[in-house]
Amino acid sequence: MNPLKKLLEKVEPSFREGGKLHKFWPVYDGFATFLFVPGHPTQKGAHIRDGIDLKRTMVTVILAALPALLFGIYNVGYQHFQAIGQLASASTGALFVYGLIKVLPLIVVSYVVGLGIEFAFCIIKKHQINEGFLVTGILIPMVVPPDMPLWMVAVATAFAVLIGKEVFGGTGMNVLNPALTARAFLFFAYPAFISGDKVWVSLGGEKAVDGFTGATALSQFITQGSQITNSVGQPMGFMEGFIGLIPGSIGETSTLAILIGAVILILTGVGSWRIMLSVFAGGYIMASLLSLLAPSFPDNPYLAVPPHLHLVFGGFAFGAVFMATDPVSAAQTPLGKIIYGFLIGVLCLMIRVLNPAYPEGMMLAILFMNAVAPLIDYYVVQGNIKRRLKRVTVKA
Amino acid sequence: MGKQFKIKKGLDIRLIGEADKVLVSANAASEISISPADYVAMKPKVLVNVGDKVKAGTPLMYDKNNPLVMICASASGEVADIKRGAKRVLENITIKADNEIQYLPFLIGNIESLSREKVVEIMCQSGVWSFIRQRPYNCVANPEKAPKAIFISAFDTAPLAPDTDFVLQGQEKYWEAGIVALQKLHSNIQLNIHSEKNKSSVITNTKGVSINTFTGPHPSGNVGVQIHHIDPINKGETVWTVAPQDVLIIGRLFTEGKYDAHRIIAITGSQVKKRKYVRTMVGANLSSFLSNDNIESGTNRFISGNALTGTTISANGHLGYYDTQITVLPEGNEPELFGWLAPGFNKFSNSHTFLTWAMPAKKFRLNTNQNGERRAFVVTGEYEKVFPMEIYPVQLLKAIITNDIDLQENLGIYEVDAEDFALCEYVCTSKINSQEIVRKGLETLYLEELESLKSHH
Repeated sequence: MNPLKKLLEKVEPSFREGGKLHKFWPVYDGFATFLFVPGHPTQKGAHIRDGIDLKRTMVTVILAALPALLFGIYNVGYQHFQAIGQLASASTGALFVYGLIKVLPLIVVSYVVGLGIEFAFCIIKKHQINEGFLVTGILIPMVVPPDMPLWMVAVATAFAVLIGKEVFGGTGMNVLNPALTARAFLFFAYPAFISGDKVWVSLGGEKAVDGFTGATALSQFITQGSQITNSVGQPMGFMEGFIGLIPGSIGETSTLAILIGAVILILTGVGSWRIMLSVFAGGYIMASLLSLLAPSFPDNPYLAVPPHLHLVFGGFAFGAVFMATDPVSAAQTPLGKIIYGFLIGVLCLMIRVLNPAYPEGMMLAILFMNAVAPLIDYYVVQGNIKRRLKRVTVKA
Repeated sequence: MGKQFKIKKGLDIRLIGEADKVLVSANAASEISISPADYVAMKPKVLVNVGDKVKAGTPLMYDKNNPLVMICASASGEVADIKRGAKRVLENITIKADNEIQYLPFLIGNIESLSREKVVEIMCQSGVWSFIRQRPYNCVANPEKAPKAIFISAFDTAPLAPDTDFVLQGQEKYWEAGIVALQKLHSNIQLNIHSEKNKSSVITNTKGVSINTFTGPHPSGNVGVQIHHIDPINKGETVWTVAPQDVLIIGRLFTEGKYDAHRIIAITGSQVKKRKYVRTMVGANLSSFLSNDNIESGTNRFISGNALTGTTISANGHLGYYDTQITVLPEGNEPELFGWLAPGFNKFSNSHTFLTWAMPAKKFRLNTNQNGERRAFVVTGEYEKVFPMEIYPVQLLKAIITNDIDLQENLGIYEVDAEDFALCEYVCTSKINSQEIVRKGLETLYLEELESLKSHH
């Protein structure tokens, strides 16, 4: 017999009813089911079941997020060495190692704090441990700047898990996307660390080259329109944003890496193509409409930014692919998903372009639409009900 | 003329274990068991005692909710056991069957000359009425309530389901007589065939019915799905449904004057060595037609019915009242190391998270493992892919869970049966038992309707 299974069977009795460690049954159960898909045969209903479970679903999302995460780690190093003028002499390995030193602690803190709270909650509530945080835990470090203080990430994660999720009843019951709840918490509690021009490139205590600017594309849009540059003054356009070697939150800069994730999510059927597509469509259409206003309002250069640039800079793509698609906080009906996604794109652009205080609007757009999603579903379902009632009256 | 329907949503679960189209003779059933659990919310009134001699067609019990309809013995013999469980609830009536079946004679004469009332009366007394079921609720039809139509699904799309064309071979006479009897009950008979599965002229040449053609995967063979597309059930309406082999039982009553509940069933599932069709009868004991040495060793699950909606029975259990197949599957009680991460070449999934989705021809030896643990609703859009009705399945389930009857009605609960949710249950990431939820929801509504009828009287 497998030695792991032996070990589990050996320690199991002390976690059972009456055992010394019975309180910690959810912890044992969490680990045991993490190692082994349990040998539970079906008791009721369909005798056979699909191979998929929530663990596999969550792992697929993590897999889809990996390209963006790995790229992000590399890019943290790239931005660092570019800013201090040593890009030419630094090896790829050095870039990666620097990024890893910055990003790995964020990931560890997010998981330790988040899972710790989940475990504690499950012990108190005597629930099974849910796998929802596996994804949240990887998304939180991807939406913060590289130099985000670890304790702030810890506090924000705790806030997101407790207030964003557990108070509603845990995985599947939350109204807002937990990872974005964490980011919103950081954004409003510690704005100096997650907005402005100083936080997006990790200098690591070294001196930046002359002419260095840490401004992201979005904050440059406000003053310069589409005439934007990278941190060392070279001009940037669509391709730079698409590839993503630019300042920004760790996982959000490379539209290319994010789209690889989108392909994985769509092919496996885990992520909703309806939501992703409609977010991009909503953003593009709204940006096109706003750019029509540009000639009338010359004092807002943001209006003139061409639509395709909006889609590749900032958190737009990341939000569309990984945040808006969270099935629990998104709309649930097929038509509802299209409306929900489209309005996220529209709202994001309105916040970006029309409100100079918030150069980025994706987070707020998604959180707002999370709150509105049940209302959208309500009206979609009412449409179905009306058709059914009409059927009767037509007959009569 | 009938209509054409293309069902796009759904899923054919590609199991190993289809029965070869060979009919083998089985031993006569040595035991017959009839169980109230095979009917919806039955309140049984037992009409026999242990030791009574019965013939095929002798009433054994009836449902106090539908007292005109007798449930009769399918074989002659002696009542061996009337088993009751907790609170004296009847579990089953067992008959030790004779080798040679003796039939109770029903004097019929020419069916054409019979009145509708007489046809109903004979059918109720002889037991064959119990094969007419009604929607909503899928209970035995109330003979006093007129339906708007009778629906027959001439094909079964469930996993490893028997082939109706094959089963009906050589039984034209009974098929025709059964249809004639049903025409006495209602002029609007909708016979639904599958463009590829139904080629037999026995079915396609049926007279006096509307023939609708369906294409597409399971659950296109579910009569509820068909009704939804042809003429959906609104609140207060009733339709009746009959399964093809039960049309034959009705036909035999009107041609031969006896309750002959023989049925050809498919012996299926990866754990059966020689998978064939056998001729047996309603309630027959498994051991009379499926011997132990025809079963692969190991822990197995015996199912009366198909792998999605069937009932677990023991190795010496009995064929269910409405079932037309037996499925034997390996039990899935082995834990699997990192099963949620493994490529899963032995797993079949409607999601594309297993590499097997790139192998569209592969068939699977699935076991009964739940493949994961029960969770809250998380993933959305899954059920909709396998639920070919204009109904929101998750919203309806939630309305049932929260016991919101107005909302259930508005969302179309009268159009569905538990079996329509079987695929939702199969594909569910959170392993939610939706068939049970729907069954309980419908039962609550059914009992309420019975209550309100009583108070009207």
